[in-house]
Amino acid sequence: MADNQSPERFGQTPWQTVGPFFHYALPWKGGADLVGTSDLGARPDLIPSGHDLLHVAGPRGPVAGDIIEITGRVTDGAGEAVPDALVEIWQADSAGRYPSEADPSLAPAFPGFGRAATDEDGTFRFRTIRPGRVPGPGNSLQASHIAVGVLGRGLIKRLVTRLYFEDGEGLEDDPILGLVPAARRATLVARRAGDALWRFDIRLRGEHETVFFDI
Amino acid sequence: MAEPDAYAREDAGQPPSLHPPYKSTSLRSPSRPLVRIPQTLTETTGPRDAAGLMGPAMADLTAHHAGVPQGQRIIVAGRVLDERGRPAANTLVEIWQANAAGRYIHAKDQWDAPIDPNFTGMGRVITDAEGRYQFVTVRPGAYPWGNHDNAWRPSHIHLSLLGPAFATRLVTQMYFPDDPLIPLDPIACAVPQPFRDRLVARFDLDTTRPSWALGYLFDLVLRGPGATPMEA
Repeated sequence: MADNQSPERFGQTPWQTVGPFFHYALPWKGGADLVGTSDLGARPDLIPSGHDLLHVAGPRGPVAGDIIEITGRVTDGAGEAVPDALVEIWQADSAGRYPSEADPSLAPAFPGFGRAATDEDGTFRFRTIRPGRVPGPGNSLQASHIAVGVLGRGLIKRLVTRLYFEDGEGLEDDPILGLVPAARRATLVARRAGDALWRFDIRLRGEHETVFFDI
Repeated sequence: MAEPDAYAREDAGQPPSLHPPYKSTSLRSPSRPLVRIPQTLTETTGPRDAAGLMGPAMADLTAHHAGVPQGQRIIVAGRVLDERGRPAANTLVEIWQANAAGRYIHAKDQWDAPIDPNFTGMGRVITDAEGRYQFVTVRPGAYPWGNHDNAWRPSHIHLSLLGPAFATRLVTQMYFPDDPLIPLDPIACAVPQPFRDRLVARFDLDTTRPSWALGYLFDLVLRGPGATPMEA
């Protein structure tokens, strides 16, 4: 029987691309603003009048930590902008705690999760806080980092990478960075572009191709 | 010694990032192999309140506007499970699709099929304690695309889930049984058989509501749990 309910078919549902037309459904208003109430992250310019049903992020309590902005471009193997990508982030709070089910006592004001659609130039932008360090395998401590997922037209499944900070403590000893060939580690390290502004480009293929992870 | 993974890795049914018949993948997939990393807290945690972030349930895609949308009304129901068949409760599923004529409500969709003023084609559902979900919509139409000569996408509904952790993220497309376009579609065919059949819903008379709507069943299976230490 050609369907997904037969016992002999049971298993992980396969990934399929988000395609080019996700903007009226996935990137909600404020999805890329983890500390404020702006519309950052959405692309209402791509939604015809009368059909903008996007959720609007609600107000949040104050969030502890240093507010930062992260911006970058998603480019393809020809160096061209990817205007129909969706970038997602997941990170700890400034004390290095994940706002997860596993620890429901943590402050819910900081969602830890963000989503941004790229613009016509392939650029995405997040407002968030700089995460604290979280435990790694064994007794190790990971350098401050943000998990990044990239989806979009032409991406059959999500690509997963990480953003580290160039002045981050523990970069040299980070248990995950240490698994990446030294010559490619720079693709995972955001560069300071201003007082609280960080630059992190994502190159899907080709020269200086971003390191993507099998998790 | 490394700890065992909390979540299973990809199984053999997951498509590759590079699938040349789907042409956009050739410039948008990595050329270098993925770097395998252990699952740390970063990968095994996830947002605790997806509905608070992404919005509350909107389970009737035919009820967003003043009038009734054109097309065949359908009910899609199923469960969200992990790989051991355990229900994923309180899980948000985001939904989007084309209208009955195969047209998306999107400024960049130039397909010459009518927009339906009464159909946006987006919604959200949240699973119950047994992992069950259900939504009402219209059956989306097939539509042409520019991938190759005479290329048509089969009717499909896009579904997006975070699941319990960063590692369990899933975005997929649900297809309809007996659609002759599925074996011709480079996106569906990026998934090798027999696993492609996991993307195809089943018509179900029990889900069908008399004199109202056809019913389809579609279960969504997220990664996990990982191997136990004994199995590792």
